[in-house]
Amino acid sequence: MAGSTTPTVGVLALQGDFREHIGVLRSLGADAIPVKRPEELARVSGLVIPGGESSVMDKLSRLFGLAEPLKAAVASGMPMYGTCAGLIMLADTLLDAINGQQTLGGFDLVVRRNAFGSQLDSFETDLDVPVLGEPPMHAMFIRAPVVESVGPRATVLASLDDGRVVAVKQDNLLGTSFHPEITGDTRFHQYFLDRVAAA
Amino acid sequence: MTNSTADKLGQSQLGTSRVNRGLAEMLKGGVIMDVVNADQAKIAEDAGAVAVMALERVPADIRSQGGVARMSDPDLIDGIIEAVSIPVMAKARIGHFVEAQILQSLKVDFIDESEVLSPADYANHIDKWNFSVPFVCGATNLGEALRRISEGAAMIRSKGEAGTGDVSEATRHIRTILGEINALKGRSRDELYVAAKELQAPYDLVREVAESGRLPVVLFTAGGVATPADAAMMMQLGADGVFVGSGVFKSGNPVERAAAIVKATTFYEDADVIAQASRGLGEAMVGINVSDLPAPHRLSERGW
Repeated sequence: MAGSTTPTVGVLALQGDFREHIGVLRSLGADAIPVKRPEELARVSGLVIPGGESSVMDKLSRLFGLAEPLKAAVASGMPMYGTCAGLIMLADTLLDAINGQQTLGGFDLVVRRNAFGSQLDSFETDLDVPVLGEPPMHAMFIRAPVVESVGPRATVLASLDDGRVVAVKQDNLLGTSFHPEITGDTRFHQYFLDRVAAA
Repeated sequence: MTNSTADKLGQSQLGTSRVNRGLAEMLKGGVIMDVVNADQAKIAEDAGAVAVMALERVPADIRSQGGVARMSDPDLIDGIIEAVSIPVMAKARIGHFVEAQILQSLKVDFIDESEVLSPADYANHIDKWNFSVPFVCGATNLGEALRRISEGAAMIRSKGEAGTGDVSEATRHIRTILGEINALKGRSRDELYVAAKELQAPYDLVREVAESGRLPVVLFTAGGVATPADAAMMMQLGADGVFVGSGVFKSGNPVERAAAIVKATTFYEDADVIAQASRGLGEAMVGINVSDLPAPHRLSERGW
């Protein structure tokens, strides 16, 4: 619908670097709001799940009645983008979870939490992401997860030199092990906003 | 599986300042809990802690038992790292760079160069640029925070007065730091040289704070937080997150209290949620009024 108002997008704001995501989305002209409650989720046409501690986001989302509406939103095809902990939250299967930790699911993936080791193994590198073209994306991996296996419904967008998968998509879902929200590269956020506009 | 990155791109870099400041960014909106052993660490993780802080004794016990407080036994730290999968922080004494070397060798995720332990050097802090692991340091004002950042700290926590359950010093320190940041906004360049002199902090950092209106690293609050209301108050005052020391494991019901403080930290602007979280927690830790503490026993005065 040409000339329509910009759709509102949300950033899950239970814990983590949600302010950075809101900043990037607003810099791209989006109307971005923090989402902590079901009534806020109901207002948005797309959702970013930020970096942070996935076990805390899981616990709070269930305690405050957000987990079921989030699952329903995934099932309804709402565009979502998960970075790091957000990728974990969207994965169908999670390895190395804390006791009792659940995910929202929807993304046909097996994701391993904290796959590289302690903070001493956190790193930054340049990553070739063919779907975004040149130049390579500078990516920060902070106690990051990796995609251990990709189901038939999901597609690999980027891998490390050793072949480990770190960016994926599936229909309206997008996930990265790393954090474009803190390196200033807005291409994945634009990609997400394009999905929101098309949905 | 596709492997489109067979051609070598840029070299991976470990332990960079950005990666280390980035970990602190990921902790925002969370609660970091003091633990002395693996059992407490597990309770903290289950309650929704975003990280745990390993130390030999919680501050309230350091106060009551006296003596020199040091880095934890490496076996205890190993046990905590083994028990949980959230980040593990551990405390080293101010200036004790060998304790820090040990903690890095144990692969903790963050080192707290902390005034809660007995200082090892009354003149110098650790040169934190010598390490790959990130550091968090305490500060009571903006100048102190910027001096720690210039030494390489990747995160700052306002000090408060640890082990008291009295939140008044935490309030004073976070208000002071944020107030001094506000006071820099809009100052002209020549005034910033004077501000740097007065703050006893490097000019470049002072200018960066004046231009951005915030510290270049994440700012948590610590020292005396004992209730969900205390945690929410710190968040409303502008903290990025909260450290809880003795407040959890020196209270009547650590499991419930820890979870309640996590809830109040996320929903810090929602009085209904905080009220609900404050119910039925049993006794809070027995407090000490900071005003009753003789000056030599005030931990926040350690570090400079």
